[in-house]
Amino acid sequence: MLRKIIIIFFILFSPLQSNEANPELIEIYKNLRCLVCQGQSVAESNSDFASTIKLVVQDQIKEGKTKEEIYDFLISKYGEWIVYQPTLSKSNFLLWFLPYVVLVFGGFIVFFIVRKSKHNKAN
Amino acid sequence: MNINFFKVFIFIFVIFFLSIFWLGLKKDRNYSTKNLIGSKISSFQLTSIYNSDSISEEDLKNNQFTLVNFFASWCSPCRLEHKYLIKLASENKKFKILGINFKDKKNNALSFLNELGDPYNFVAKDTDGKTSILFGIYGIPESILIDKDLIIRKKIIGPIDFKQYKEILNLIQ
Repeated sequence: MLRKIIIIFFILFSPLQSNEANPELIEIYKNLRCLVCQGQSVAESNSDFASTIKLVVQDQIKEGKTKEEIYDFLISKYGEWIVYQPTLSKSNFLLWFLPYVVLVFGGFIVFFIVRKSKHNKAN
Repeated sequence: MNINFFKVFIFIFVIFFLSIFWLGLKKDRNYSTKNLIGSKISSFQLTSIYNSDSISEEDLKNNQFTLVNFFASWCSPCRLEHKYLIKLASENKKFKILGINFKDKKNNALSFLNELGDPYNFVAKDTDGKTSILFGIYGIPESILIDKDLIIRKKIIGPIDFKQYKEILNLIQ
C-alpha cells in the first residue's frame, strides 16, 4: 500500500505533469537569456524575471503562436540580447560571418606557410 | 615576393582582430531597454488593487502624459523613489501616475501606500508579473513616461532620483 502511495505521489509531482516538460517550451526557454542572471538561460534560472518569461511563453504557446512569433515579441520588448541565437542584421553580421572570414584567412596563412617551406626545401 | 604576401596577410589579420576588439571594448556593455523610447506601448488590461475597476491603454489616451511606475512593498529602492513620485503628483496636474503593483500581496501593498503616501491616480495589480513583460520591465522599480499617443518618451530603470525627477519635469512642461 505504502509503495502505491509513493508511486502515486511521484507521478503527481513529476516534472512530466508540468507544462515545462513540453520539448518546444524547453527549446524556447533555452534560447532565451535571463537578463538578470550571470550567464544563465531562462531554462536554467529560477529568478523572478525567468519565471515571468516562462509564464508569458506558455501563454503565447497556448494562443497558438509560433516560436518565431514569440522571439519577435520578446525582441521587440528587450532587444536582440534576449535571444542566444540572434537574427542576421546589419549590426551583427560580423558575428555570423567572422568564423568564415577567419577560416579563409587561416587557409591563406597555412597555404603560404606550406608553399614557403616547399620553396625553401627545393632551394 | 611570397614572404611579403604572407606578412601582409598576417598584418591585415592582426589589424582586423585588433579593430574588432577595440570596437567591442568601446561598446556600452550595460544592458538597457531604452531602445523602447519612441515606440508605442502594447495593449494591456489591469484591475485596480482596491476594487474591480479596470484600466487599459485606452484610458491613458485621456492624459497628456502618464508615468507608469512598477513598484512593490518588498522592493527597497521603491521606498527611495517614492518621495519623488509624491512630489510629481502634488506639483503637476498635467500628468497622471499609474502605479502597477508587481508580484505583491495586497495587504503589504496597501500598508506600503499608507505608510509612504499614495501618489498614484490608479493603482493596478500585476500579481503574476505578466504585464511587466509587455512594458519591457526586467526588474523593479522601473518607470515609463508615455504621452497621449501612447508613445514611450522616457524609460527609467531603477529608482527615480533628483536628476530623473527634473528630467521628467522638463519633458512634461
